[in-house]
Amino acid sequence: MSLHGHVPPEPDLVQLLTPEGVRVSHPDFPLDISDDEIQALYRDLVLVRRFDAEATALQRQGELGLWASCLGQEAAQVGAGRALRTQDMAFPTYREHGVAWCRDVDPLTLLGMFRGVSLGGWNPNENNFNLYTIVIGAQTLHAVGYAMGVTRDGAVGTGEPDRDTAVLTFFGDGASSQGDVNEAMIWAAAGNLPVVFYCQNNQWAISEPVERQSKVPLFQRSAGFGFPGIRIDGNDVLACLAVTRMALDEARSGQGPTLIEAYTYRMGAHTTSDDPTRYRLSDELETWRLRDPIERVRAYLIRQAGAGQDFFDELEAESEALAVRVRAGCRALQDPSPLSVFDGVYAEMTEELAEQKAGYAEYLASFEDGAHQIDEPVASS
Amino acid sequence: MSGLETLTMAKALNTAMRHSLERDPKVVIMGEDVGKLGGVFRITDALQKDFGEDRIIDTPLAESGIIGSAVGLAIRGYRPVCEIQFDGFVYPAFDQIVSQVAKFHNRSLGNVKMPIVIRIPFGGGIGAVEHHSESPEAYFAHTAGLKVVSCANPADAYWMLRQSIESDDPVVFFEPKRRYWGKGPVDLSDASSVPPLHKARIVRPGSDATLLAYGPMVATALDAAKAAVEDGRELEVIDLRSLSPIDIGTVVESVRRTGRLIVIHEAAVNLGMGAEIAARVQERAFYSLEAPVLRVGGFDTPYPPSRIEEDWLPDVDRILDAVDRSFGF
Ligand SMILES: Cc1ncc(C[n+]2csc(CCOP(=O)(O)OP(=O)(O)O)c2C)c(N)n1
Repeated sequence: MSLHGHVPPEPDLVQLLTPEGVRVSHPDFPLDISDDEIQALYRDLVLVRRFDAEATALQRQGELGLWASCLGQEAAQVGAGRALRTQDMAFPTYREHGVAWCRDVDPLTLLGMFRGVSLGGWNPNENNFNLYTIVIGAQTLHAVGYAMGVTRDGAVGTGEPDRDTAVLTFFGDGASSQGDVNEAMIWAAAGNLPVVFYCQNNQWAISEPVERQSKVPLFQRSAGFGFPGIRIDGNDVLACLAVTRMALDEARSGQGPTLIEAYTYRMGAHTTSDDPTRYRLSDELETWRLRDPIERVRAYLIRQAGAGQDFFDELEAESEALAVRVRAGCRALQDPSPLSVFDGVYAEMTEELAEQKAGYAEYLASFEDGAHQIDEPVASS
Repeated sequence: MSGLETLTMAKALNTAMRHSLERDPKVVIMGEDVGKLGGVFRITDALQKDFGEDRIIDTPLAESGIIGSAVGLAIRGYRPVCEIQFDGFVYPAFDQIVSQVAKFHNRSLGNVKMPIVIRIPFGGGIGAVEHHSESPEAYFAHTAGLKVVSCANPADAYWMLRQSIESDDPVVFFEPKRRYWGKGPVDLSDASSVPPLHKARIVRPGSDATLLAYGPMVATALDAAKAAVEDGRELEVIDLRSLSPIDIGTVVESVRRTGRLIVIHEAAVNLGMGAEIAARVQERAFYSLEAPVLRVGGFDTPYPPSRIEEDWLPDVDRILDAVDRSFGF
């Protein structure tokens, strides 16, 4: 044999609910979950998809500058999001709307950045959900540093369920190539840190297929860094929940990092600015449509759990109400005042910046005809 | 392709790369999504189809990797043209650019050239989310060993990119993304009338004050000059074109005639290009100045959320306000 002739075996994919909606068991990943809990997950999935669709529509109507849809990745996000405990910290990319939902971040809060009225717009410590990070992979290092803090605070391995803390960081298949992500894994391994790397392999980084980034399945990268990696069916919310829960448990108990590759698919464009017809074929989409993360739960609930029409009707009504609230709320988001750019740059405004602000205020005030408004926020359309 | 054509700046850049690829087999294009997609702005549209995946390289998603591997390609005799997807994403490559690209020629006693072009769409005004509207040119202009240029119209886009690719020095090439779709005449065949890469150009002659701009702000400065005519002022507009080296001679010559200079850029004024130009002009033309050199630029804040970017960005009114202040001295 030659060194390059060795062909690794096809990787396993942890799955607990088939695309047809049949519960299957996995010897290593048992999941004790009631049908009520599965219904709750289904509700999450449906509402996240509805919110996401609404945001895409709002962008089309000119209410948002941009939207990065999570269509197709709802299970990967809700499964991971629901595996978190309150004290855990999540570090998202820009696409983790489903995780934000699980962390009780108001969907409207997410819209501010995409509408262009804020540069982030929430307090990361309020819901233990960090700001969206657009620079690919940067947040994985932040997660590692946060986990270093957790360790130094003695919040790992105490056995106290409300104290032990894990950190969950998200990134994409494209991001896996960044130096930051690789450095984060080195740090996490070297410090045996309580961080779980959660890679949503949605097969595409804008126009580049995952093969441009890696020759080995991404989860196998962890071996080189010295911690376990596993691939899960990212369209199976139960598998995502079970495996992420286990990885977070192990992190909290002091066993160190894990890499989870949630194997999924970006059903929509990269963002509303993207045109995927230039680089991918529609039959790929058809294949993945059959693996839809929501349909399979619905099939399970109807066939195996006896969910009645009432449940689905009520959820439909709730979903419609959410959409109405998001639409109205988005349109009502106020533009900041032009002078607000000077605020918050430093802990305390420097004298020179204060001078610049005053100069600009004076300049704006010089337009008597009201072409510029100063203190009044500009009314939104 | 020959003769005078009307092209968008995007098409002019695309054509410059096409012609460079045809002329020199050592030219390779590399970056994120530059292949099938043609780049997020379509500047490399159809190049991979025509020149193949070996020469139009969709790289892994890692900017440090893009520039670091370009250094290796350059050592091996290639001329890499690297695309950084947006201004705000060049920083992962900053170390490679500043510590390696900029210094390699010097450290190798001139034995190894670094004919690398780093194309960066820059500037705001397109309603984007954060990291997509920045003007980081001063970081690079501050670094010895790098040449830094910016085009403001399709003809310059074409010829300056051709010249940059032919340059044996590394060139950081700033493309004003909000002007990508503006059209203009480009004479693709006549290289003889093309100014050298590092020469500034007077784009509108005038006698009362000089407006100096580059990249996206040249068009804004021209609009301001047109508007100033109503106030009875004839403003000269200079397109700086090259940010390092700076063609200070053209600027000083103009200031000697007009006595007033206003430098305009989107980048924050603090330690921006305007600071350097003001310093050099007062060193060389102190007694010609009727007023201090004024700067109109971004405020010293992070680039704002897009809904208020038009307030933050220099515009015709802010330029005319500076002109008034200059005349008020
Ligand atoms: C450092 C950096 N470089 C480039 C970009 C531009 N960009 C935004 S998203 C993206 C692709 C990311 O792909 P992946 O990590 O797979 O995540 P996905 O968007 O598919 O969820 C790129 C290249 C960026 N945001 N940051």
